Amino acid sequence: MSEEFKVEIVNPEKSFLVKDDVSEVVVPAFEGEMGILKDHISIISFLKPGIIKILSKSGDENYYVEDGIVEFKNNNLSILTSTIFNLADMDKSKQQDLLKQAEEEANKTDINDQSKYLADQKVEVLKTLN
Amino acid sequence: MASLDDLKKRIASVKSTQKITKAMKMVAAAKLRRAQESAEKGRPYSEKMNNVILNLSNGISDKENAPKLLSGTGQEKTHLCVVMTSDRGLCGGFNSNIIKKAKSYFAKILDEGKELKIITVGSKGNDQLKRVYGEKIIENISFKESKNANYFDADKVGKMVIEKFEAGEFDVCTIFYNQFKNVITQIPQAQQIIPLNNEGEENSSEESYEFEPDEDEILSNLLPKNISTQIFKAMLENSASEQGSRMSAMDNATRNAGEMVDKLTIEYNRSRQAAITKELIEIISGAESL
Repeated sequence: MSEEFKVEIVNPEKSFLVKDDVSEVVVPAFEGEMGILKDHISIISFLKPGIIKILSKSGDENYYVEDGIVEFKNNNLSILTSTIFNLADMDKSKQQDLLKQAEEEANKTDINDQSKYLADQKVEVLKTLN
Repeated sequence: MASLDDLKKRIASVKSTQKITKAMKMVAAAKLRRAQESAEKGRPYSEKMNNVILNLSNGISDKENAPKLLSGTGQEKTHLCVVMTSDRGLCGGFNSNIIKKAKSYFAKILDEGKELKIITVGSKGNDQLKRVYGEKIIENISFKESKNANYFDADKVGKMVIEKFEAGEFDVCTIFYNQFKNVITQIPQAQQIIPLNNEGEENSSEESYEFEPDEDEILSNLLPKNISTQIFKAMLENSASEQGSRMSAMDNATRNAGEMVDKLTIEYNRSRQAAITKELIEIISGAESL
């Protein structure tokens, strides 16, 4: 086999995406972006708001996520997330909506540092999209 | 005996009831298919989540200092019960089954002299419980506006539960819902979600993971999410069960109404014939007496 592995993205409602010809996935892990290639060591990590890049033969795909967990084992990458959007399907108005929500959240004063940090991240990522 | 006119009216009313129950059955059947589908689609997420947590808790280095959501507060004084029911009636024994299960659990808790707090999800459960356990109910949530069970709603309930846990309001949390087996069978379930109960599920893979950041931090992020996920799973199972239960209840009702119409029609025909016979006798005996 070549340098390909399987990726599965699941959200609470359904199995969002299954691909088995992926050559590389870049995920926005909590301590920085992380590229995953075939035969990566087994790892569990969680995500901060950002872009998941999936590189495969059939074309590259980009997804925006707000949170999630990644688990890599035996060349199976599972991504669990509650909020995910395919960037290709996301138009400007949707981006603006999300940005507005995130900004509102970031401007709240009664939230703790961690949620503040996450909200700031969201704003930052969404701004770069526009 | 009822007059002919009365019988006629009753037949008409039973027939229109039958039409309603038949329509409700059809609607429930259509909704059931969708609910069942989403319940099945939702399973991978909660299964994977469970798996990850299992792997994590196996790998955790310091069991004494494990997050409280996993290991509990060390005592079992106050129990929180989340009773999940539907917002609508006419679904057979669906709500009563959950309530029955919950009530027997409540009785056990109270017998042991422990404290009880209740959150009801869905208005039907609240209606049935507030008569006996009114002062124990601390919160009542209802999602009448949402058409289908969605994660957003479940997350709201989950966040509330966690907030209360962190405020030290309870030690053990159990959720009550109906597990969907098939259209005729739904099994009321009591599932303990805090502290997490993973006994009996041994993990086969002894493979060690790399964690980034460390286990404790991942766990403390993951466990709250798991609560919401479990609640969401319960909601999905519940909505499939509700529709299944309603479907079979309405099917029965339609059949019963049909039987009733048959019986009433026979009675109607008999009394019609009796009336005719009576009239004939009157005419003949009148003619004879001339």
